[in-house]
Amino acid sequence: MRLGGRLRAVAPFARRLVDSATSGIDDWMTGKLGEEFNARLARVPLNLTATGVDEFGLDPAWTKYALASVAFLHRKYFRTEIFGKEHVPGGRVLLISNHSGQVPIDAALIGASLFMDIEPPRFTRAMVEKWTQTLPFISLLFARVGQVVGVPENAKRLLESDEALLVFPEGARGISKSFDKRYNLVDFGLGFMRLALETGTPIVPVAVIGGEEQYISVGNFASLAKLLRMPNMPILPQLLLPFGALPLPTRYRIYFGEPMRFEGDPDDDDAVIEEKVFVVKATIQSMINRGLKARKSVFF
Amino acid sequence: MAEAPRSASQRPSQRPSQLPPGSIPPNSMPRGPALPRGTGTILVTGACGRLGKHVVRIQHRERRVIGVDRRPFPDKPKDVVHEQVDIRRKKLKDLFRAEPIEAVIHLGVMHDPRASQAEHHSWNVAGFQKLLEYVAHFQVPKLVVLSSANVYGPQPDNAQFLTEDAPLLGGARFSEIRDLIEVDMLAQGFFWKHPETETVILRPVHIVGAVHNAASNFMRLPTIPTLLGFDPMVQIVHESDVVRAIGRALVPGRRGIYNVAGPDPLPLSHIVKLLGKPSIPIPYTFGRAVLKRLWALRLTTFPAPELDHIRYVCMVDDRRARDELGYEPAIAIEETVRSVELESW
Repeated sequence: MRLGGRLRAVAPFARRLVDSATSGIDDWMTGKLGEEFNARLARVPLNLTATGVDEFGLDPAWTKYALASVAFLHRKYFRTEIFGKEHVPGGRVLLISNHSGQVPIDAALIGASLFMDIEPPRFTRAMVEKWTQTLPFISLLFARVGQVVGVPENAKRLLESDEALLVFPEGARGISKSFDKRYNLVDFGLGFMRLALETGTPIVPVAVIGGEEQYISVGNFASLAKLLRMPNMPILPQLLLPFGALPLPTRYRIYFGEPMRFEGDPDDDDAVIEEKVFVVKATIQSMINRGLKARKSVFF
Repeated sequence: MAEAPRSASQRPSQRPSQLPPGSIPPNSMPRGPALPRGTGTILVTGACGRLGKHVVRIQHRERRVIGVDRRPFPDKPKDVVHEQVDIRRKKLKDLFRAEPIEAVIHLGVMHDPRASQAEHHSWNVAGFQKLLEYVAHFQVPKLVVLSSANVYGPQPDNAQFLTEDAPLLGGARFSEIRDLIEVDMLAQGFFWKHPETETVILRPVHIVGAVHNAASNFMRLPTIPTLLGFDPMVQIVHESDVVRAIGRALVPGRRGIYNVAGPDPLPLSHIVKLLGKPSIPIPYTFGRAVLKRLWALRLTTFPAPELDHIRYVCMVDDRRARDELGYEPAIAIEETVRSVELESW
């Protein structure tokens, strides 16, 4: 009771402290990122409910801070270069990208470019692994910044409300590629194509270059991953170096390709769908190959 | 109800034609003059629960209501007939025999966390089977069963909004909900086997208001415990919106399974904020262990598996109810949340 009373006495001060801290962070953010950041934030189309989140749990206040920290990585650390920003349409769109880099920084940077560099600014929605929902804080953070559980019903609902949905058809196998297999696409899942056919959504192929070199993986510690119930556990020698936990400051290059439209029955045989998926995969692979050829240096 | 009652001449068209002519069961009681559908007597099971009383109070203004419950009904409206019977007893059949019943609303699902599993099962499942038997035998034209969105169960891989075709996995981690799933399944079986009865299964999300259930009791705690690092989106619905949905389900011609959600979903933390109560975040493993202990010592009414409701999403898509039943929640979210604090009678 006494402790409770004391807490209650301290609460207003604590709140004032938090308030001044957030306004301090806000000022600092505006200083670093420019007024434009806030202006773009105000232009993002959102469907908020009465209590200020959207139906999937996206909270614009959380997303603002998440984007601000990603913006720093995007502009200063990875110095992302963007090509083909005119190819991303305004309405519903499926962004299909290669997945790389052990940690999904590629998703964050694609999200940052859709918000900071492409017109109109928008929040990218991505699908996350189901097991992340069992993790405290991570599941919460993902939900508040607009990441949804990777089930087809969610994807369909997002596209029907004209959102930009980012999908990595390579999945977990793609992100944990070892260094010798870098920039070689592994098998694509077929789900995204059925989704595109069902909802009449254009597909924008995306090639991300620079992610494969941020963490050099020499193999996969499968038994440990299984023990920890994680999809994979890459072996990263650089973690032994000082500051090795940080990704190497490679330069990211993100290529957006021309929108591709497909027609057909979403419930066709796998073989029929596979052909269409192969067209997308080949497009992304050739975008990657061209990008790699154009790249002079990994770091600059 | 505001809907225009159907004329008596339309009545045969409600009956499916595939029934052989001889299959009308012998019914010794002379039936009264055929009333237009939508105005006949309704029988409500579980009428003395808080939701039951609410349904009875709304429905008795329009039509004759028989309330069935083994509990007493202290301040019942004068024109409501209360039969204090156990739905497993033969006496229930006499009620059907005595007069034509036009609709049965089944609210009498027991979820007393302290009653034994055998008692639960016998009441919920065996009792409901008896009720279905009478509904079929006396050709009651309408059956409304109140199930729950909890039959889907909170799971980490749930779609954000579950549709009526989602599998009923609520029992996977929480065995106490299996009775309710069985009731839902029995009602579904009845829906297909007896097309002459319009069966409506309603699956509302957490009902709050004067009702006492796990969700509303949770919201009535002086300090709301939450799970550290989890803040799922939740849906709650005010009991009068559920009563409204039941009213819509009674309209002749409506049949099927319908999810019933309230106002827009919101994070659990926003509910706590609207309640204006302090909350205390507890790590999941610790919380579960403590709750298991408390449950074993009979110090809490919350079984440990129910923690999943404040950990994972279990939300429903109620577009079907909105489109087909014309259901629309009328109570805004603030009022819905605060309704747990009021005792309305």
